[in-house]
Amino acid sequence: MDMKRRADSAAARALVIYVILGLLFGIVLTKSEVISWFRIQEMFRFQSFHMYGIIGSAVVVAAIALQVIKRTGMRAMNGERIAVPPKTLGHGTRYWLGGTFFGLGWALVGACPGPLFALLGAGVTVIVVPLASAIAGTWMYGMFRSELPY
Amino acid sequence: MRPWPWYIAGPLIGLFVPALLLVGNKLFGISANLRHACAIALPRRADFFRYDWRATGSWNLAFAFGILLGGFVAGHFLMSSESTQLTADARASITALGVMDFTGLVPRELFAWRALATWQGWTMLVGGGLLVGFGAAYAGGCTSGHAISGLADLQLPSLIAVLGFFAGGLISTWFILPWLLGA
Repeated sequence: MDMKRRADSAAARALVIYVILGLLFGIVLTKSEVISWFRIQEMFRFQSFHMYGIIGSAVVVAAIALQVIKRTGMRAMNGERIAVPPKTLGHGTRYWLGGTFFGLGWALVGACPGPLFALLGAGVTVIVVPLASAIAGTWMYGMFRSELPY
Repeated sequence: MRPWPWYIAGPLIGLFVPALLLVGNKLFGISANLRHACAIALPRRADFFRYDWRATGSWNLAFAFGILLGGFVAGHFLMSSESTQLTADARASITALGVMDFTGLVPRELFAWRALATWQGWTMLVGGGLLVGFGAAYAGGCTSGHAISGLADLQLPSLIAVLGFFAGGLISTWFILPWLLGA
């Protein structure tokens, strides 16, 4: 009983860390206007470097950090050896076709999944509609995924 | 208050990849939460949603809840009343779409509940949301999972997905939105 309670409180503590990391991420997304529909339009119209600079520098920083983690064989706080599972390419169809569907929606709503949560928090209440629709879209994929090409 | 510049925001966003790996060996990505939501609400309908979401998804749901809180904190306490700091070119192009109100993070005319009374509003909010959810699930990730985590790990599938994101985004921006908004 005591051990179970201790395990539960450790799990709860870990979840608090993820909430705090999410909170910081949400603040960065909002303060840099990444969650702005206007910014997404500006990006897809090639009218500003802002979004490209953000995505590009994020990738460079994450890539360097990943190389350091891999080469030094670092472990996570929970003791697990850190591993990034490779994605399987297959014919590649799911990536270009699924990606194109995603992009069509991204520019219409002006938000991808992370910004949807941040916009809702920022008080744009109607965002529950695209968020619920995105869940419905994921559900549709789950129902039809055996019919789709990969 | 000016928006945070790209050279501050971008590196900070990149740091969430090692931070999540170091905390719990978790790969930075958001769209799996949409799948977890289905697993919670409609678990038995399809194999895709029959898994232990508590074990694999709790951290991600907590992260998404945090993003919502972050949007609340930044949106209510850290934002100026100024408009999004767009370039003049972007402002002109978006005005040409018929958008007049630049005071928020989203065009208020298009992101209002009454927009759902029009088929254009439905297409943007419901259709756009469906495409985001279906596309992310099909492609196996969204902007965070593919464009940040996947590209940073030099994974070819992620590069293909990101090219798809851009192809779709360009089609919506240059053809579908102008047609929808009658510009």
